[in-house]
Amino acid sequence: MASIERAALEIREMDDLAALDSPIHALHPLAKLLTTMVYLLTVVSFGKYDLSGLFPMVLYPALLFSLSGISVKTCFYKLRMVLPLLLAVGVFNPLLDRAPLVRLGGVALSGGVISFLTFTLKGLFCLSASFLLAATTSLDSLAAALRKLRLPKMPVTLLLLSFRYVSVMMEELAAMTTAYRLRAPGQKGIRWNAWGSFLGQLLLRSMDRAEELYASMRLRGFQGDFPYAEGRPLSGRDLAYFLLVTLGLLAFRIWNVSRLLGGLLL
Amino acid sequence: MIRFDHVSCAYEKGRTVLRDLSFSLEKGEAVGLVGANGAGKSTLMKALLGLMPYEGEITVDGLKVEERNLREIRRKLGFVLQNSDNQMFMPTVAEDMLFGPLNYGMKREEAEKTVDEVLLSLGITELKGRHNHRISGGEKRMAAIATVLAMKPEVLLMDEPSSALDPWNRRMVIRTINALPVTRLIASHDLDLILDTCGRVLLLSGGRLAADGPAEEILTDRALLEKHRLELPLRFGGENPR
Ligand SMILES: Nc1ncnc2c1ncn2[C@@H]1O[C@H](COP(=O)(O)OP(=O)(O)O)[C@@H](O)[C@H]1O
Ligand SMILES: [Mg+2]
Repeated sequence: MASIERAALEIREMDDLAALDSPIHALHPLAKLLTTMVYLLTVVSFGKYDLSGLFPMVLYPALLFSLSGISVKTCFYKLRMVLPLLLAVGVFNPLLDRAPLVRLGGVALSGGVISFLTFTLKGLFCLSASFLLAATTSLDSLAAALRKLRLPKMPVTLLLLSFRYVSVMMEELAAMTTAYRLRAPGQKGIRWNAWGSFLGQLLLRSMDRAEELYASMRLRGFQGDFPYAEGRPLSGRDLAYFLLVTLGLLAFRIWNVSRLLGGLLL
Repeated sequence: MIRFDHVSCAYEKGRTVLRDLSFSLEKGEAVGLVGANGAGKSTLMKALLGLMPYEGEITVDGLKVEERNLREIRRKLGFVLQNSDNQMFMPTVAEDMLFGPLNYGMKREEAEKTVDEVLLSLGITELKGRHNHRISGGEKRMAAIATVLAMKPEVLLMDEPSSALDPWNRRMVIRTINALPVTRLIASHDLDLILDTCGRVLLLSGGRLAADGPAEEILTDRALLEKHRLELPLRFGGENPR
C-alpha cells in the first residue's frame, strides 16, 4: 500500500480504537478531556531539571494503557512521525549546558543531559496522554464535550470538519498518486514539472469533496451541534475518576515521590 | 408536491446549465429524470435542495426553496448523492444512519429502531456496525441509501442510484424504491431501472426539458432517445454494450 494511503487509513483507524469497549472508553468524554488537560498542565509545570519529580507521572499513561486495552505499541507506532522531532528539539541541550549537576554512582551528569531527558520525557508523557484521549473518545463526543465547556460552535465545528477534511484530502492524494504512478512507471515520485497541476488538482478535488460532504451534513439537518454524541449527564463515576486522578497528580506534583521512596530505601 | 416554474441555473455567469424548466410532481408520484452525461440532472437536484442559486421559482409543498425555508424543506427531502463517498461522514454505518434523525429531533430509541427496520428492508443488516472506510463501493451505496431512508423523507431524490451496484443489490434498490409510498425523483441513465421504478419520465437535454410523459412512451421512442444521446432500454432491443 502506498504510504499516503496508509496514512489516510491510520487517521480513520483512530475511530476504530475509539469504538472499543473498556472502562476508560465508557467514561464521559468531558471527564476524560478535563483529566487530560490537568495531566498535561501538571507535566509541563515540572522544572527543567526535575527529572526525579517528573518520573512518577508515567503512572497515568501506564494506568490508562492497561485499563483501556490499547497497546503501547500501537501508540508509539502511530506517533512514529512525531517522536524523532521530539528528540531533535531536545538533543542540543547536552551540548549547550555542560555544567555537572548530579552524580550517579561516580558518573557526573551535566545539566544538559538532565534537561534533555526531562524534556523528552515530558514530550512522551504529553503525546501518549493526548493519544490515549483520542484513542478512547470519538472525535464527535469530544466535540460535544468542548461544546459543553461553552466553547463557541464555530471553532468546534471547524475542528470536527478539518479532521474529516484531512482524511478526505489524503484519500484524494492517494488516488491521484496511484493514477500518476500507473501512467509513469519507473518514475520515483512525481516529476517536478507536474507538481503544479498535481497540487492544483488535489486542492480542487478535495475542496469539491469537502463541500459535498458538508452539504450532505446540512441536508441531514446539521447546524453545528452534535445531538448524536452521547447526551448522558456526568455520573458519579466520571466525577470520581476526574477527582481521584487530579488529586493523585497534585500529590505527585507537591511531594517528590521518587525521592521519598529513595529516602525510605536508603 | 414539487413545482419548477421557469427555472434557470448557472454555475458561472453566462454558462446556463438549466434553461427555463417548468414541471410539477404530484404527491406519491415516481418520476424518472433521464438525460445524457452533462444534461443537468445533478444540477436540477442541487437546485431543488437549495444547494445552488437559481432563477424562477421552485416550491416544495408550497414552500419556496430559499434560505429561510431550507430547514423545513430539507426535512422533507431525502437525497442520495451520486458519490456515496461524499455522503457518509460518520465512522460507522449505524452512526451515519442515526445522524439525520437525531438532528431532526427524533428520540434515540425510536431512531435506533428505524435504523434496524431500514437495514432489514434493504437486506443489509450485516453492514450495521461496519466502518464506512472499510466497505466496498456497492456496499457503501446501499449504506448511503439507508442513511437517507432512515430519515423517513416525504420525497426521495436519487442521483444515479444503480451505479456501482451488483445485480442483486440493484434488484434490492428497485424493490425498495417501488415499496416506498413517497414521492420519488430518480435521476439515471440506467433506463431499465427507470422503467422498473417510474411511471413518468422527464427527459433532460442540454439543460432543457425535451420531453415529459409516460415512461413506456418515452423510453420506447428510439428516435427521440437517440436524438438526445440515449439508447433504448436493453429489454426493448437497446444495444447491449458487451
Ligand atoms: N461545479 C460545477 N461547476 C461548473 N460547471 C459544472 C459544475 N458541475 C456541473 N457543471 C456543468 O453543468 C452541466 C450539467 O452537469 P450535471 O448536472 O452534473 O449533469 P448530469 O448530472 O446530468 O450528468 C455540465 O455541462 C457540467 O459540465
Ligand atoms: Mg450527475
